[in-house]
Amino acid sequence: MVAEIGQFVLILALITAIFQGVFPLIGAARNSQPMMRFANNAAFVQFAAITGAFICLTVGYITSDFSILNVANNSHSLKPMLYKISGVWGNHEGSLLLWSWILALFGLAVAVFGRNLPDSLKARVLSVQGLVGVGFLMFILFTSNPFERIDPAPLDGSGLNPLLQDPGLAFHPPFLYLGYVGLSITFSFAIAALIEGKVDPAWARWVRPWTLAAWGFLTIGIALGSWWAYYELGWGGWWFWDPVENASFMPWLAATALLHSAIVVEKRDALKNWTILLAIVAFSLSLLGTFLVRSGVLNSVHAFATDPARGVFILMFLIVVIGGSLLLYGIRAPMMKGGGLFAPISREGALVLNNLLLSTATATILLGTLYPIFLDAITGAKVSVGPPYFEATFIPLAIPLIIAMAFGPFLAWKRGDLAGVVSRLKFALLLSLLLVGVIWWQQTDTPIMALVGLGLFGWLVIGSLLEWTERIKLFRGPLSASWRRMTQLPRSAHGMTVAHIGVALVILGITASETWQTEHLGVMRPGEIVSVGGYDFRFDGAETVAGPNYDAVRGTFLASTGIEKGVYLYPEQRRYSDPPMETTEAAIRPMLSADLYAVIGEEDGKGGYAVRIYHKPFISWIWIGAFVMFLGGALSLSDRRLRLGAARRARQQEAAVKSLEGAKG
Amino acid sequence: MRIRFLIPVVTFVGIAVMMWYALFNLNPTEIPTELVSRPAPEFSLEPVPGYGPGLAQQDLATGKVILLNVFASWCVACMAEHPFFMELKAQDTVDIFGLNYKDTPDGAAKWLARHGNPYKRTGMDLKGRVGIDFGVYGVPETFVISPDGKILDKIIGPVSPDMFESRIRPLLNEAGS
Repeated sequence: MVAEIGQFVLILALITAIFQGVFPLIGAARNSQPMMRFANNAAFVQFAAITGAFICLTVGYITSDFSILNVANNSHSLKPMLYKISGVWGNHEGSLLLWSWILALFGLAVAVFGRNLPDSLKARVLSVQGLVGVGFLMFILFTSNPFERIDPAPLDGSGLNPLLQDPGLAFHPPFLYLGYVGLSITFSFAIAALIEGKVDPAWARWVRPWTLAAWGFLTIGIALGSWWAYYELGWGGWWFWDPVENASFMPWLAATALLHSAIVVEKRDALKNWTILLAIVAFSLSLLGTFLVRSGVLNSVHAFATDPARGVFILMFLIVVIGGSLLLYGIRAPMMKGGGLFAPISREGALVLNNLLLSTATATILLGTLYPIFLDAITGAKVSVGPPYFEATFIPLAIPLIIAMAFGPFLAWKRGDLAGVVSRLKFALLLSLLLVGVIWWQQTDTPIMALVGLGLFGWLVIGSLLEWTERIKLFRGPLSASWRRMTQLPRSAHGMTVAHIGVALVILGITASETWQTEHLGVMRPGEIVSVGGYDFRFDGAETVAGPNYDAVRGTFLASTGIEKGVYLYPEQRRYSDPPMETTEAAIRPMLSADLYAVIGEEDGKGGYAVRIYHKPFISWIWIGAFVMFLGGALSLSDRRLRLGAARRARQQEAAVKSLEGAKG
Repeated sequence: MRIRFLIPVVTFVGIAVMMWYALFNLNPTEIPTELVSRPAPEFSLEPVPGYGPGLAQQDLATGKVILLNVFASWCVACMAEHPFFMELKAQDTVDIFGLNYKDTPDGAAKWLARHGNPYKRTGMDLKGRVGIDFGVYGVPETFVISPDGKILDKIIGPVSPDMFESRIRPLLNEAGS
């Protein structure tokens, strides 16, 4: 019964979405108020209907209703409740339902909070949002129905992949989807602006918070995914340039670029066409990611069960959405009026440079991801493009980007003073060179890339802090004056400093862990001691233990430096019964200075066990940095200028004055 | 209309055409070429209790083209292809051998009792060791084996009647002629 209700409300949602896509658009063209206002009601009904469908599927999972094929395939009566629930979106059909639900939720948010938007713009935005929803709901209903029944119903489900029974992964897809779908709002705004034929700073004030929110969610989503790969896959790696990882990284890069170009639109009324294009591209890349994962075109460890009918549908959908919107851009964009002019050396110029580098990086990753398909199509050769390509192309683009990151915030709008900035940054340059010098003096055979990476870390952290202290005029007057300036500084300015420092921390984590990682791979017998990264690891043997739905070989290691009391590590090799599968549970001792990472493998038949032990300096900072970046975004989002709903006319004017002040400062 | 604004859409058209082609003409899950036309790996397995003789490498060289189907009682997708295999057996189109993968003897026997047995021979790969040699990475998978016991092709996922006609039938005809 639950499945039938779910099916029914899903059809209801589709019909509503069609109406939401069509009527407000006509209403906006004919200037008909009732038809434009209809968008609000439709957005609400669509949201309620998809919420209903989502609840139905969740009930199916919680009650282990194996007559629903989707539940039978992905759940099991013995599974812990948390994973029964996360199983709802841990599969192809359910994840699409989650996608559509978030899409409807964001549509509703625009309907509710967008009271101050011009009627026609709001109607068009909601209408585009509705049309995207139509595509997804049709895809669900016609090719990936989560409510399909199975007859006869199996006695028990076939279980969720035990690799996926993990808190990190339970929340990885929802965050990623919040990010992907958040970009749909900026996309809808971009299309609405193209139809209207105008972009004003008010438009940018709406686009920026949505981009920020989407970017923040993507950051968290990607970080959770890579953290999961790090501790669950047991390879010690955290990023593999896998097509699916790239699929989430490309929208992130595009969103980062969009975030920065939207500032120029808002403050200087320039770069409008480029910002619109970025908004379209960012969402297109999200859709492309979905396509690559689910169509069967590319093979990946993450790939969902594939079905050619789905591939055809998604490709048609992509052609309509991406092709259509880019065509609209090609026709309408030349008619947009250009905005303020600026010199190459200026805040705008720095943001353009940021955009150029970020979009080139996105393009090279897209090329690397699609290249195997191209090559296969043209020559029939099967290749995989691996980390060497991505590292060789991405890093040379990242280096100038990071150098410019410290420069940019110092430059004034319109026309900046490069010599002045250099003189203000010489302290940062000096300190980072000093840092590099000290490291080189300590260890003369340090790889050059490590010195570059740490130099960039120092440069960016000190540069960002200098800019911040300059803004509040720290030590240039009484501390109380600085305090006052700090509290009056817009939160978006603090946010920028925090987010940039987050980037620096990620660089630190990557550089240090790649350069100074030490490892021991081999067979160890009980009582044996190996020294890795300054720690003595004593292997105390292994035993078989039973878990709720698995058996495991659990090893015991004592890691100590000889000074402090040691820490015990208990890596496991688990064998699950349903479905039969083995997983590696690495034992990780995260510390700020380094992670100790131990994995146990097969017994060699003579009492020894294959073990892998790693000492990874500073690796936790990769995820700490990502979280700091997210915090920076959240701080910026909480800026009252951008806060949703806090934008009545009077306040808007006040904000405009403030942003003018910010522009001067 | 200025041309440079059309660059994005033209780029996308190029990507879309390539993907369209890839979708219909390329298969990333195709068996790696090194396994094709090689002899099947060496193995010897006990049968599922009560279901025919066991299965070993030399049993695969039967003088005609056969299918080796990897199945398990915990595999829901296997239920999708099972009725079709029963049909193939009833029509005596091709002999099918069953490789029971990471299952329990009891579970496999009950499953075959419930859904019917399309297999001439069965072998139980309880720990999945033989599966590794065959490069199995998902269930179901179906290998097409030549009359002299070599691997001709591998189908990943459930075998549908369409797929049978397009990928397996030509190999059967080729061997028959």
